Amino acid sequence: MVWWYLILAGLFGGLCGGMGMGGGTLLIPILTMFLGIDQHLAQGLNLLVFIPTGIIAVIIHMKNKLIDYKTFFIVVVPAIITAVCAALFVGRLKSEVLTICFGVFLLIISLFELYNAIKTTIQNKKKKQPRLKTTKLIHNINNKNYKSKIYKTKIF
Amino acid sequence: MQAKKVIGLIVAGVFIGVANGFFGGGGGMICVPALLLTGLSNKQAQATAILIMLPISIASAIVYYTNGFVDLDMLLYTAIGSVVGGVVGALLLKKLSNNILKYIFALVVMAAGIRMLI
Repeated sequence: MVWWYLILAGLFGGLCGGMGMGGGTLLIPILTMFLGIDQHLAQGLNLLVFIPTGIIAVIIHMKNKLIDYKTFFIVVVPAIITAVCAALFVGRLKSEVLTICFGVFLLIISLFELYNAIKTTIQNKKKKQPRLKTTKLIHNINNKNYKSKIYKTKIF
Repeated sequence: MQAKKVIGLIVAGVFIGVANGFFGGGGGMICVPALLLTGLSNKQAQATAILIMLPISIASAIVYYTNGFVDLDMLLYTAIGSVVGGVVGALLLKKLSNNILKYIFALVVMAAGIRMLI
């Protein structure tokens, strides 16, 4: 295995992760499809790779006080239990079967993301439509023939 | 917090854990929308999701490691790339249109999914 292939794969996965789109969702298929790494190994690699990046991100977010600890505690307890059970179960699966499951998982995620992207596009378009709003503009206060006029202006 | 929200979060936690343990990732993709539903802001949801994924990933990684599914040599290089990419990605995010990226991401993930099934 050429080491810089792995660095490149990591770079690409990290790039997506840093932009807030599941880094692992892309890193795992890159590792298996382009570098021919076994599905189990790629998944193990992704889990560990996330840890240093995640710690850095969490420290930054803690400083910015963006973390909701109550929510964290409620979600994390059931999640750890099911994660360990699922990870134990995966060890018994054949790599080919796991690859197919992962493919289905990716398809579901992509459809979900596509739906979200389309929804955002529609919302943005609605926002961009110019609204006509009546505004009172006062002209030439010093002018004796002062009149207040009502204009219709485009507000973007 | 309302009982309804708590139950919703526990159910989300179950699915997040299964995705993380079974697929070695992708839990965040479930976690962020679930947290948004409870009324957290976008930034809060993303930040809290990362903190949630951290202990889960550590727990799953320990199981993967004991099962022999971790190659430490590969890990070093991939982690270096990933940390650098993560920082660059976070900086780039401010300059790029987020929605176009979402389309690209969705299509790339879809192509990868189809390729894995064939």
